[in-house]
Amino acid sequence: MITAVLVVAGIAVVLGALLGYAAIRFRVEGNPVVQEIDKILPQTQCGQCGFAGCHPYAEAIAEGSADINRCPPGGERNIRRLADLLGVEFKPLSDEVAEPKPKSLAVIDESLCIGCTLCIQACPVDAIVGASKQMHTVIASECTGCELCLPPCPVDCIAMVPIEEDLGNWRWKYPANPLKAA
Amino acid sequence: MEQYLLILVSTVFVNNIVMVKVLGLCPFMGVSRKLETAMGMGLATTFVLTLASGASYLINRYLLGPDLAYLTTLSFIVVIAGIVQLTEMVIRKTSPMLYQVLGIYLPLITTNCAVLGIPLLNAQEKHGFVESLFFGAGGAAGFTLVLVLFAAMRERLEGADVPPVFRGSAIAMITAGLMSLAFMGFSGLVR
Amino acid sequence: MRKLHSFSGGIHPPEHKERSTREPIAAAPLPPRLIVPLQQHAGTVADPLVRVGDKVLKGQPLAPALGPVSAATHAPTSGTVTGLAPHPAPHPSGLLSLCAVIEADGEDRWTERVPLDWRQADPRAVIDRLRDAGVVGLGGAAFPTAVKARANGRPVEILLLNGGECEPYITCDDMLMRERAPEIFRGIRILRHLTGAREVVVGIEDNKPEAIAAMEAAARASGLTAEVVAVPTLYPAGGEKQLIRVVTGREVPSGGLPLDAGVVCFNVATAHAVQRAVESGEPMVSRVVTVTGNVHAPRNYECLLGTPVGDLAALAGPAADTDGYIMGGPLMGFPVPSGNVPVVKATNCVIASSEALFPKPPPPMPCIRCGRCAEVCPASLQPMDLFWFAKAHNLEKAEAYSLFDCIECGCCDYVCPSHIPLVQYYKFAKGEIRSMKQEKEAADRARRRHEFRQFRQEREKQERAARLASRAPGAKKATARAEALAESQEGE
Repeated sequence: MITAVLVVAGIAVVLGALLGYAAIRFRVEGNPVVQEIDKILPQTQCGQCGFAGCHPYAEAIAEGSADINRCPPGGERNIRRLADLLGVEFKPLSDEVAEPKPKSLAVIDESLCIGCTLCIQACPVDAIVGASKQMHTVIASECTGCELCLPPCPVDCIAMVPIEEDLGNWRWKYPANPLKAA
Repeated sequence: MEQYLLILVSTVFVNNIVMVKVLGLCPFMGVSRKLETAMGMGLATTFVLTLASGASYLINRYLLGPDLAYLTTLSFIVVIAGIVQLTEMVIRKTSPMLYQVLGIYLPLITTNCAVLGIPLLNAQEKHGFVESLFFGAGGAAGFTLVLVLFAAMRERLEGADVPPVFRGSAIAMITAGLMSLAFMGFSGLVR
Repeated sequence: MRKLHSFSGGIHPPEHKERSTREPIAAAPLPPRLIVPLQQHAGTVADPLVRVGDKVLKGQPLAPALGPVSAATHAPTSGTVTGLAPHPAPHPSGLLSLCAVIEADGEDRWTERVPLDWRQADPRAVIDRLRDAGVVGLGGAAFPTAVKARANGRPVEILLLNGGECEPYITCDDMLMRERAPEIFRGIRILRHLTGAREVVVGIEDNKPEAIAAMEAAARASGLTAEVVAVPTLYPAGGEKQLIRVVTGREVPSGGLPLDAGVVCFNVATAHAVQRAVESGEPMVSRVVTVTGNVHAPRNYECLLGTPVGDLAALAGPAADTDGYIMGGPLMGFPVPSGNVPVVKATNCVIASSEALFPKPPPPMPCIRCGRCAEVCPASLQPMDLFWFAKAHNLEKAEAYSLFDCIECGCCDYVCPSHIPLVQYYKFAKGEIRSMKQEKEAADRARRRHEFRQFRQEREKQERAARLASRAPGAKKATARAEALAESQEGE
């Protein structure tokens, strides 16, 4: 009887010591998964997911407090990549967030702009150039289409213009399969 | 030398822990979606099983002896739990992505019936120490082999024209069943 | 005798070349109107130098070269610029491209042509001449020759000239070699001088015996130590990587350039254009185009760039049941949206198509993994797996299986018993992968800008705090109020 208790206790003590040592030796700081998730997110910083930007959303996903299907600009493709990364099931885009829109760029109508700088302060990637009482304009190559500049503008001079297809960005379409369609 | 080879062939193919003994199905189905994850899981299980096999042999032979045989299951489980904890810490440090992807299945190695089953089977076989290690490593190698094969097949099935009702787990189960049939073909190779 | 190697795969489609090689190259008559796209080369294109209403001379630059990978574009004839607007481009999409429309005045007057003594001149000046004369690869890719000839300063061991012309129907290089071999060799001389190559080899498929004879005679007469090699006729032996493998035995590494194997390869027509640009001072304004297919008199024509395809094809007398034109060959070419689309530097052939000549393909059936496509792939790829992954939109796996080494030759398409349009799937997958990479780059840039913006705001806050702390304590109240006001404004 005593031997049995001693044996089991002995095993437990040895294991405990081993694990204690390992806990110190293999300590890990921070959460590198957040960075991997952030790499997949489209960096529009639009806030449509309900978080204040892409990095906070990534942190929430890593914690487990947010679902992976809350990002409209990322679309279905990004949800699949997140599902693959985290080893979870794919889910269609959540009903709580807006529908994905075609990629657009913000364009300021110079004739209406009053130089108030409110849109410059709103842009999360500093893609609007200008200063107080000077003309404002959007740097097209840096605009992510997040639409955060539209509400602050007092004269409503910013419009979202969808990106048109031209020879530069044209891609081959998925081959249509007449047998399947039949 | 020959007996080690026989042990390996027996544990990897003839008495494959997943396909023939039908143990360890939970991580087998749960972690086999992607090849890299399956490989990672297989290696983690190999690490745990080899250590657990050796440790449990030593405990069984020297600590427990014939009088305390009733403590076998309990002590094996404790040892396995400890080793799995250790493995978890190592993986978290060395590969955080693998840690995240394996998710709950990593600590579930503790309750993996294959991981408990192999030391228990080993205890029945009356092996020596080195033979026990080979038995454990071979069993884990067999587990890794079928896990990797299955993951590769599942990745292929992603692009296949599977009828909607069968997509996902259903076609995976059918595939596992067919694999099992194939592995049954090895029976009789080694006694 | 040089030892020849072979590349894996390849097919023997019916050649259809005999009909268009009976007559010599004819000069196409001057069309009344030319539509000249400003972008006829791979790389960047500049803004036009001319305006609507300008009178231009033949060879006058319409748009200069811009950036490291570019070439100039010139007016093909003298006349007036009557338009500078988007026009349907010779592109499978049918989308618009900026073109200069020139009404020919009928005189075909050249601008000043300045020959360059390339032996004495600085090699950089010769390279610039090629760039400013708009010389691009005439094999079909239209890559600026100046960039290729510079070879980025890297050593070139072998200068290979591509006289393969392996695709059915196309015979423009064949006729060019038969008739103008001495000029081609003068161009080869210049290219050898620019690249510093040790060996010069010309590779010609053995279904062109007259061309081989003419080039051999020209090689002997030129005094250049060049070897003319007859390679076995096999599609696509005229592909750059395949010809390099056959003639030199070297393999261009996956994802690499021929320069990585110490070889640089030019089309024979490009060598001809180099000679014209340097020794005659003539920029690229015309090229030889094969007109064949459903026509009564198929032939090769030397026509001006910007000639509408319909006008060119009319010279050969298209039959009544012609339902369209294919620009390029039957395997790698594409149908043009209308006869109004112009001939450009990359156009080597115009095929008049009809229902009889090019019947509609039957609907595709599932892949049976017969493996015929893998047997014929000249790049040693696994087309059935690439198809599997492209179909499942599993683009990472497709890229891992070397999708970007596919040269889109169409051999797999040709042999597939299920009539699956394989090359279309690869083009789709490549486009998706490229656009995904572009999106990822844009997203990374956006993330960096966002992080910098947060850093900038933090820095401004700290600067303000430091400024306040350094002020006198008496003014603290007023500045504290000012700061609170500023913070509330920023928060908006």
